[in-house]
Amino acid sequence: MTRFLHRWFGRGWLSLGYLFLYIPIVVLVVFSFNSSRQDMVWSGFSLQWYAALLNDQEILSGFGLSLRIALLTACGSVVLGTFAAFVLDRYQRFTGRTLFTGMVSAPLVMPEVIIGLSLLLMLVSVQKMFGFPERGLVTIWLGHTLLGMAYATVVVQSRLQEMNKSLEEAAMDLGCRPFQVFFLVTLPNIKQALGSAWLLTFTLSLDDVVLSAFLSGPGSSTMPIVIFSRARLGLDPRVNAVAALTILVVSIGVIASSLYIARVERLRSKQLAAAAKG
Amino acid sequence: MNFLKNLFKQPGRNAVIAVPFLWLTFAFLIPFLIVLRISFADLDSGDGGPFGTLLTVADGILTLKIKFANYLFIAQDELYAITYLNSIKFAAITAALCLTIGYPFAYFMARAKPAMRPVLLMLVMMPFWTSFLLRIYAWKGILANNGILNSFLLNLGVISEPLHLMNTQFSLIIGMVYAYLPFMILPLYANLVKMDVRFIEAAADLGATPWQTFWRITVPLSKSGIIAGTMLVFIPAVGEYVIPELLGGPETLMIGRQLWDEFFTNNDWPLASSVTVVVILLILVPMAIFNKYQAEQEARK
Repeated sequence: MTRFLHRWFGRGWLSLGYLFLYIPIVVLVVFSFNSSRQDMVWSGFSLQWYAALLNDQEILSGFGLSLRIALLTACGSVVLGTFAAFVLDRYQRFTGRTLFTGMVSAPLVMPEVIIGLSLLLMLVSVQKMFGFPERGLVTIWLGHTLLGMAYATVVVQSRLQEMNKSLEEAAMDLGCRPFQVFFLVTLPNIKQALGSAWLLTFTLSLDDVVLSAFLSGPGSSTMPIVIFSRARLGLDPRVNAVAALTILVVSIGVIASSLYIARVERLRSKQLAAAAKG
Repeated sequence: MNFLKNLFKQPGRNAVIAVPFLWLTFAFLIPFLIVLRISFADLDSGDGGPFGTLLTVADGILTLKIKFANYLFIAQDELYAITYLNSIKFAAITAALCLTIGYPFAYFMARAKPAMRPVLLMLVMMPFWTSFLLRIYAWKGILANNGILNSFLLNLGVISEPLHLMNTQFSLIIGMVYAYLPFMILPLYANLVKMDVRFIEAAADLGATPWQTFWRITVPLSKSGIIAGTMLVFIPAVGEYVIPELLGGPETLMIGRQLWDEFFTNNDWPLASSVTVVVILLILVPMAIFNKYQAEQEARK
């Protein structure tokens, strides 16, 4: 009897929890097809908000800018994060290691308002001295990459820790130079982690409001800034359409990538089995 | 000298260290030093404003100009005390609620059939891939006076007048718990799934009731997961800006919003900088406790 109760209580708790996590997402998708203008009351199916979105220059150009920044951020974060992860994992002793460790992980816990404010004050000082940079794509990229690097470091570092280091030693013994070892042995070993770090920092950048708001200048509003300023004013059905479209893209991406990962895993276990057989 | 000698001994290694080190110095450390410097300045003091130098040499005398006026202002103005306390209060409530909801959630996930676990885990991670901003925005549509929840309850006849839910403590806390719940579930799940079930079986064999087993075996064994999850929720929640701005009301003023207003609306950069420095100190303490705890855990392994 207790086992039975335990099981059903567990199922109930999990269902309610998932319901809580998914209700807002479902609501956004459903109401993107609502024909009503004002409130969130269903008044019939309509695609008008998608049509309105196509004519919404502010959102469209914001999306273009966001996309460019996200691509650059993901690349920059992965490169810098790989450097940092490599340093943290391989170089246990060097002058300033404590400071380095602190600086790598601090952006993860510092409120974004603080990071944004301090970066902006620095950029203003730099601008006072040198007359550049203008606030826009580059400055937003700087902030996003600082944050993205911290995430990329965590992802890459955990993979580096798991990696079998004797492979690198073997390559070294066979006469590889350090650069060759890195590009021929280390990188292929951590490429999955690099892939997930890239995707993670890409979405992080695409979604960021606070850093972007501090670091953007006039005429360089990213999509989240546009959405945020509208959301502050009230409900805007076009935002629901944006949400539904992102959810569509994400679902396709997640399904495709999990299919791909499953295939890679299958291949790998097949190879392992073949290797074990000799 | 030793330092310099080491510097040139391994040029490749040092170059690898230098790239991220210089980047972080430029993009993280220097900005904070600038904030610290500006926090000691006056808005308009006639000496170059907040960007002037702190050190001046006049008549051969070196003067260090540090003004504590901003900090005194923060200490004396009741508004700031309320704002800081509010931030801690709402972050603590959020962390407590996330733990209450998230612990059983993670527990039942970890006790699910092994084949089901990856699916359950994936379902917790999935919302992360949808924009955080849009998910918070959705709560506005749910909780608004003419929103989904109210029209649902009105149609059912449970209430005769729409409930005022938006821009209250209630809506703020719902949004915060919603956004931070996965940060509680994931570390707890990782901890609980690794737990050795033999301890639980042994407790049952020795006659413990399920409740006793849970409180005396499972919970103590998952202590590190509880602490990690609580910190992962509490620390970022203190500085949250977007959720209070979209879902909070006048009585839910939190420090992130205060900072933003000071900076963008009042344009008082020195004061905003001082507020920032205080927030950093406020966050560094729990972080230091957390790090110390983690280091102890590592040492025990």
